[in-house]
Amino acid sequence: MTRVRDLIAKATNPTGTVFILLVLILAGVFAMNPGFFEGPSLMAFLKQAAPLVILAAGQYFVIVSGNFDLSVGALVGAQVVIAARLIDGEESRTLPVILVMIAFGIAVGLVNGLITTVLKVQSFITTLGMLLVLYGAIRLWTGGAPTGSLSESFRTAGRFGIEGVPVLGQIPWALLIMIGLGAGAIALMRTRFGRILMASGDNERAASLSGARVGTVRTAAFVLSGLSATVAGILIGGYAGVSAQVGDGLEFTVITAVVLGGVVLGGGRGSVLAAMAGALTIEALFTLFNQMALPATLRPTVQGAIIIAAVAYAAGRRVRPAPAATTTATPS
Amino acid sequence: MKTQRLAAASVAALGLLLATGCTTDTPDDSPDDEATTGADSGDEWFVQADYDEQLAQRDIEPEGDPNTPWLQAIEPEWIDTADFAQEGGDATLCFSNASVSNPWRVTGWITMQQQVAVLQESGQIGEFRHSDAGDDDDQQISDIQAFIDAGDCDAMIISPSTTATLTPAVEAACASGVPVIIFDRGVNTDCAVTFIHPIGGYAFGADAAEFLVDNLEPGSTVLALRILPGVDVLENRWAAAQEIFGDSDLEILGNEFTGGDAAEIKNIVSQYLERGEVDGIWMDAGDGAVAAIEAFEDAGQPLPVMTGEDELSFMRKWEETGMTALAPVYSNFQWRTPVVAATMILAGEQVPAEWVLPQDPITEAELADYLERNADMPSLHYAKFGGEDLPGFPDAWRDR
Repeated sequence: MTRVRDLIAKATNPTGTVFILLVLILAGVFAMNPGFFEGPSLMAFLKQAAPLVILAAGQYFVIVSGNFDLSVGALVGAQVVIAARLIDGEESRTLPVILVMIAFGIAVGLVNGLITTVLKVQSFITTLGMLLVLYGAIRLWTGGAPTGSLSESFRTAGRFGIEGVPVLGQIPWALLIMIGLGAGAIALMRTRFGRILMASGDNERAASLSGARVGTVRTAAFVLSGLSATVAGILIGGYAGVSAQVGDGLEFTVITAVVLGGVVLGGGRGSVLAAMAGALTIEALFTLFNQMALPATLRPTVQGAIIIAAVAYAAGRRVRPAPAATTTATPS
Repeated sequence: MKTQRLAAASVAALGLLLATGCTTDTPDDSPDDEATTGADSGDEWFVQADYDEQLAQRDIEPEGDPNTPWLQAIEPEWIDTADFAQEGGDATLCFSNASVSNPWRVTGWITMQQQVAVLQESGQIGEFRHSDAGDDDDQQISDIQAFIDAGDCDAMIISPSTTATLTPAVEAACASGVPVIIFDRGVNTDCAVTFIHPIGGYAFGADAAEFLVDNLEPGSTVLALRILPGVDVLENRWAAAQEIFGDSDLEILGNEFTGGDAAEIKNIVSQYLERGEVDGIWMDAGDGAVAAIEAFEDAGQPLPVMTGEDELSFMRKWEETGMTALAPVYSNFQWRTPVVAATMILAGEQVPAEWVLPQDPITEAELADYLERNADMPSLHYAKFGGEDLPGFPDAWRDR
């Protein structure tokens, strides 16, 4: 009996709900199109979902520590445009440019973090400002439209994979990168850093009174988010090439994903694994829409509804007294 | 208490999130939901008379020298402009631009500036002022008002961001007494001296659809990729395509909005390919066409018969793969015409009341020629930009 009750508690816990939702949506996709679960098409789905999953992990660090990062979409776009312009089709420049991109991602995260923690500007405003700065700066730099092109080797990570695998066809590099970084993120949340991050989002005052460097870990969270946007930029640019619209609106999709994963806006609750599952769920949902031939213009509306519903659900769970004990999920 | 505050904060944040989402994502006051469902939009945006006129205009030989297509005009009705004639040149031109928010507009804007430089050199234009409204109707209305208030524009060029909303502002500009030149998108008034535009969206969509009908076996499947709903020039393209597909034996698998985002295009095309064969791709604009082709490559499927646009990334991929394709054109060289028209009007020369520019798609036979002419140009450049004879060529377009 207790096991059943445990299961129910886990399922209705916002963190657990996302996995059930994911299974339901995948079942829906399967009903519409059984071919979806054949190796190659499943791999294609995961390849396309990988950037959002990685972004969700980055965004999770920021949100769980009590902030937002709205600049990730613009940063992804900026990174792809920078890469195309600097590489300009030259294979030999691939690696140096990737290093430049990583440095740029760290720099943007650091600026976001320092403005938020040192200058005490709310992260919502800091990163909204950064979104606009990046958006404008990139258009100024490129005269409105991206120039240059990506090299073949730059595109390998996002577009190709290990070929000729039985059953699966191709194991995309993007999937392996996603698994690697996802495991890293889970491991990181189990360290002292992860616990301090969670504590700073839960109760900033208590955390700093007990000796935690709240500002430092929060800044580090922004840097991690900037890095995740860099990796996502490399994967998205690799997947589809350069276009002026790369990254548009990604910040909303990724926040939807994280919230759907049961991570509480305002910080202190939620697991990174669930946040990443939230990203997969969103991608699966869009796939389902596609299978049902619903117009893509419906997506923002659905995203909006999901944010409201997920936050309301999570808030409702925590207001109710009895099962509250089970909702303090262990950070994982 | 804490949770309640958190919830309240979350809801407030969400409100802001959505509010910013709304204001940054939609460049035009597109009609609401009913226009977004693919099925309805065809009828709502279809005017039979305009459709027939544009399809007919494709076959009319334009007046003027084919080597300067930006000065050609289809069935022009010449009007007298002696009232606006000015002595001495050195005119102040004022240009209110809707935006430079896509590569097509960026390319055209460079061409216009290069044309202005030539006319400044020759002394016909003195000062060239411009304002960029960033796709914001209200901004453009105040931009136009600022030009009127300044009172020293000798002629005003306006590229309206949307049709209905900008009409009163254009009427006010006309009322100020200076000659007004409209180009690209139109307005609901004919007070301007001339309205310059290529044949139009119906012709674009029909060129593309006819090519697919001609090059695919009956019963083949076609996927339509569209940028966004509610923009008249784009809706007209799709409406014309629906007319032509409706009379054909092609099966239209779907029409999908992509926002012109390469990743989105690749996702959508990949998903259609998982479900079955796609023999043809129709696009309402070339943005991201290469991503659609790559989706076929990555899925190991034969390349489709495809229509994109005269954007170089698509044309280069077309040549590289040797696929069967067509590049319909929404003549980018139209950005040169308004400046030239302004100097003509100020010199008292006749101009067409409606200046319809030619709009010929690039076929496989012309592909190599256009690629060679644009060999130095970046991939998001438009082949029919019409600026090869300007002194800034090629640096101005290459180093954008």
